[in-house]
Amino acid sequence: MVLVYIDQADQQIKKASLEALSYGAAIAKQLGCATEALIAGTVKENLAELGNYGAQKVHQLKNEALNSLDVKAHSTIIAAAAKSLNATVVVFAHNINGKAIAPAVAVRLGAGIVTGACSLPNTQNGFEVTKTVFSGKAFATIKIETPIKVIAINQNSFGIQNHNQAASVEEINIPIPAASIKITKVEKIEGEIPLTEANLVVSGGRGLKGPENWGILLDLAKALGAATACSRPVSDSDWRPHHEHVGQTGIQIAPNLYIAIGISGAIQHLAGVNRSKTIVVINKDPEAPFFKAADYGVVGDAFEIVPKLTAAILKMKSTA
Amino acid sequence: MKILVCISKTPDTTAKIAFIEGNTKFDESGVQWIINPYDEWYALVRAIELKEKDPSTIIHLVTVGGVEAEPIIRKALALGGDEAIRIDSNSNDSFTVANEIAQVAKEGAYDLIFTGKETIDYNSACIGSMLSALLDLPFVSLADHFDVTGNTATIKREIESGEETCEATLPMIVSCQKGMAEQRIPNMRGIMAARTKPLKVLTPAASTATTSIQIFDLPPTKSGVKLIDPENMDELVRLLKEEAKVI
Ligand SMILES: Cc1cc2nc3c(=O)[nH]c(=O)nc-3n(C[C@H](O)[C@H](O)[C@H](O)COP(=O)(O)OP(=O)(O)OC[C@H]3O[C@@H](n4cnc5c(N)ncnc54)[C@H](O)[C@@H]3O)c2cc1C
Repeated sequence: MVLVYIDQADQQIKKASLEALSYGAAIAKQLGCATEALIAGTVKENLAELGNYGAQKVHQLKNEALNSLDVKAHSTIIAAAAKSLNATVVVFAHNINGKAIAPAVAVRLGAGIVTGACSLPNTQNGFEVTKTVFSGKAFATIKIETPIKVIAINQNSFGIQNHNQAASVEEINIPIPAASIKITKVEKIEGEIPLTEANLVVSGGRGLKGPENWGILLDLAKALGAATACSRPVSDSDWRPHHEHVGQTGIQIAPNLYIAIGISGAIQHLAGVNRSKTIVVINKDPEAPFFKAADYGVVGDAFEIVPKLTAAILKMKSTA
Repeated sequence: MKILVCISKTPDTTAKIAFIEGNTKFDESGVQWIINPYDEWYALVRAIELKEKDPSTIIHLVTVGGVEAEPIIRKALALGGDEAIRIDSNSNDSFTVANEIAQVAKEGAYDLIFTGKETIDYNSACIGSMLSALLDLPFVSLADHFDVTGNTATIKREIESGEETCEATLPMIVSCQKGMAEQRIPNMRGIMAARTKPLKVLTPAASTATTSIQIFDLPPTKSGVKLIDPENMDELVRLLKEEAKVI
């Protein structure tokens, strides 16, 4: 049985988990076995709807203490649940929570793990999973040699698939270990689209000259409904918050559309964004290295081009 | 307080990524090696800052790697740290690496284990989490602030919807990212001192690998950029909608 861990933030199921569930269901189909989901804590959604993403059964560890991440507690109970349910493959989203928990679960299960997986396993000859390595500059295919397998799937790499079915929901009883950490304060970023989940991303570099010029970029992002990102020197100079820094030493993203404005396209920057499906580069220097990695390029002054692009988007949206 | 900082050797960020032997091995020719940036800039420097505040702090560095990892560990010692341990294994199976470090951690009775948030070569982000299971200790990932008073650590970490502050009782494991500390350059005194700091080499404990790399691939190259007239943004929007189908 393929068991997919459904992760939550703020009592809401994360989009990355729905993708992980779709991915887990596809593995189960390949192996000819069932897909079940495991959720820790309490969420607002109707869990039967997880059937729409491929789960036949949902197991819930209904305890509010599990609503925030405690790796020791979460990994202990997820491993115990996987054992008692006889899971042979355990799937996580490779997001903040999944990255923290999945390797500990693998150890507790004596299972081999591949994190950052980007396609379905090859089960013809053993169990091989391809993952991104060198910060997106290459792929490695890894064989998992243990009877139980753990996989954490990269966000935006498989997509969400619809299965028209309802899942049965059951409570599962597993003793919950004492908390190993105590949360004392939570600061939420309100109203922003989380960068790793965004389909559309608009990103700015040093070419925008200063934080006071970000208005044109934010207007474009708003017109598109896109998340915003930036290059490292921009966040290092505090023009933009650290969590927007993408690249080899920042966040790695794979949106459908990445629009780079005034970013030169240094190798360390490209490493974080080169898995984007479509890349648009706006740069006044026709020799900027980013054009080599782009699908569409506009050579010219961002301060003139970006407002025109925003107007064109708004025009398209109003006539669509 | 006794801190163990996990150090990994990675190719420089500008290294050419290529493979040899039928795409089964990373081509190391001409590659410059660095300390994994997260290990260096955040984990190690924060440990050094803690020692500057409390000079009784002892910092040990650990790396799992062959003799070619020694220049990297010496560079880490030049930044700070009292002694280093190299476990003589070239495994790239995360479990094996974590298991080797866990043996050292058990022996050394550390109060605190720091790792970087991930390495920039295999990007697996596994070691901290695996150590927490192997040692059954609390683990806080993606920390961008860390302080300790007595036995209680206060940590700020990234969560899905923002930032969270939490407390934990030592011993514990923390994975470090941007915000924890600022990059430092080793000075001459540090470099001289590093030459005589102890570097212990251990033979690996027997760990059974749980995974093995079969083959590497490079992503397909882009077919070439389509340039759009800056005066015609309607055309760009049309292409994004009709050709790329992304908006
Ligand atoms: C170990 C290491 C790790 C790194 N990690 C990262 C990382 O994770 N992420 C990252 O981003 N960087 C990273 N870097 C830094 C990277 O090497 C580059 O320095 C950085 O990406 C450059 O940022 P930029 O493109 O914003 O600025 P610049 O390179 O200064 O480029 C600015 C661009 O704006 C263009 N421009 C200027 N004015 C205009 C205008 N009016 N209209 C249009 N275009 C204009 C210019 O032609 C230029 O191409 C790392 C470096 C090292 C050494």
